[in-house]
Amino acid sequence: MYAFTQHRPATVRQAASLLTKQEEAKLLAGGHTLIPTMKLRLAGPKHLVDLSKVEGLSGIEMKGRSLVVGAMTTHVEVETSPIMKESIPALAGLAGKIGDPAVRHRGTIGGSIANNDPNADYPAAVLGLGATIITNKRRIHADEFFKGLFETALEDDEIITKVQFPKVNKAAYVKFPNPASRYALVGVFVSKRSSEIRVVVTGAGANGVFRVTTFEEALKKRFGPKSIEGLTVPADGMASDIHGSAEYRAHLVGVLARRAVAAAA
Amino acid sequence: MTAVALTVNGKAVTGDVDPRTLLVQFLRENLRLTGTHVGCDTSQCGACVVHVNGKAIKSCTVFVWQIEGANITTIEGLAEPNGPLHPMQEAFREHHGLQCGYCTPGMIMTAIDMVNRKGHELDDPTIRHELEGNLCRCTGYHNIVKAIAAGAKAMKGHVQVQS
Repeated sequence: MYAFTQHRPATVRQAASLLTKQEEAKLLAGGHTLIPTMKLRLAGPKHLVDLSKVEGLSGIEMKGRSLVVGAMTTHVEVETSPIMKESIPALAGLAGKIGDPAVRHRGTIGGSIANNDPNADYPAAVLGLGATIITNKRRIHADEFFKGLFETALEDDEIITKVQFPKVNKAAYVKFPNPASRYALVGVFVSKRSSEIRVVVTGAGANGVFRVTTFEEALKKRFGPKSIEGLTVPADGMASDIHGSAEYRAHLVGVLARRAVAAAA
Repeated sequence: MTAVALTVNGKAVTGDVDPRTLLVQFLRENLRLTGTHVGCDTSQCGACVVHVNGKAIKSCTVFVWQIEGANITTIEGLAEPNGPLHPMQEAFREHHGLQCGYCTPGMIMTAIDMVNRKGHELDDPTIRHELEGNLCRCTGYHNIVKAIAAGAKAMKGHVQVQS
């Protein structure tokens, strides 16, 4: 691991100022992606700006018809939150399937979303529920946030503070975990909020998380697994690696989407 | 260098460390608590699991300064040096839940965290799901699962010696 200097700001403003002033500075949340990446020398930030001392960045609260989750809220907090389990059980369930218990004690929602790993679970829920990402500068709708592999709409000195999830009528997440890493080989998140239907896939796309509009249209007539029976996504555009070919991933998208709709309906 | 202060197994400890120092390095190299192992060093195998403020975490994936002031329990802190074993340790002995023993400290710390969160009556699927972050390369998991189920029951009414 390359040497770095650590900073522990007490406010979001101080953290943002450090990101601007220090060369090659990176935010540290739970560290469960960044620290392994630094060990491999795939990342070598000169400055680490740790967010754990910043007040007000964690916790889950209901605001009107939305659940607002602080960026530093850990996966286990989302998994076990009574208000989350009651309002959006699909999201609590998703958090409970990330990694393993020790990882869930440290990993955070903000860290996961900012990293936008193409096989991560949270991007599927954020896009699948039409959430809004709140930063120190602005509000970004999920449709505008994810920009490809490990790429987001975040600017260099922008910090996620909260994620706002609207309550939906129906939602479910089904994933086919990679047997070794527990990342999603393919994961499908479906939701229905009045007339808005979302079918979102993580793990499969060569360019990260994406919506399947053909499935969404088919589900508008009737929200049930039969409505998307026989529908497929093209293998073109799917990721292909030692864990699964593009064709296999495309096939899984159809299978898991039907299972997710059945679980949500 | 950066100064850190923690409580480890009930004792206040301090150190002056390079910021790159991981909790597991600090435990093993500064404090010589070598019961906590490094297996994969990539947050997958669970040999390095310890409790930080009562929660199981992988000590290979936390810088020691990140948890400044925290209360740490390692495998050495579960029982008095010459006293009886912790009920979960005893269950691993009784059910032969180990072969080479390398993964065992992490398995036991994970198992105790599991009981703290899920209670004393743990069925097979629950234990196996909860063990996803702990790898054993000797024997498979059959006796480990048996040991955890028995240890969970035996932990009823057990009072932790410290921390």
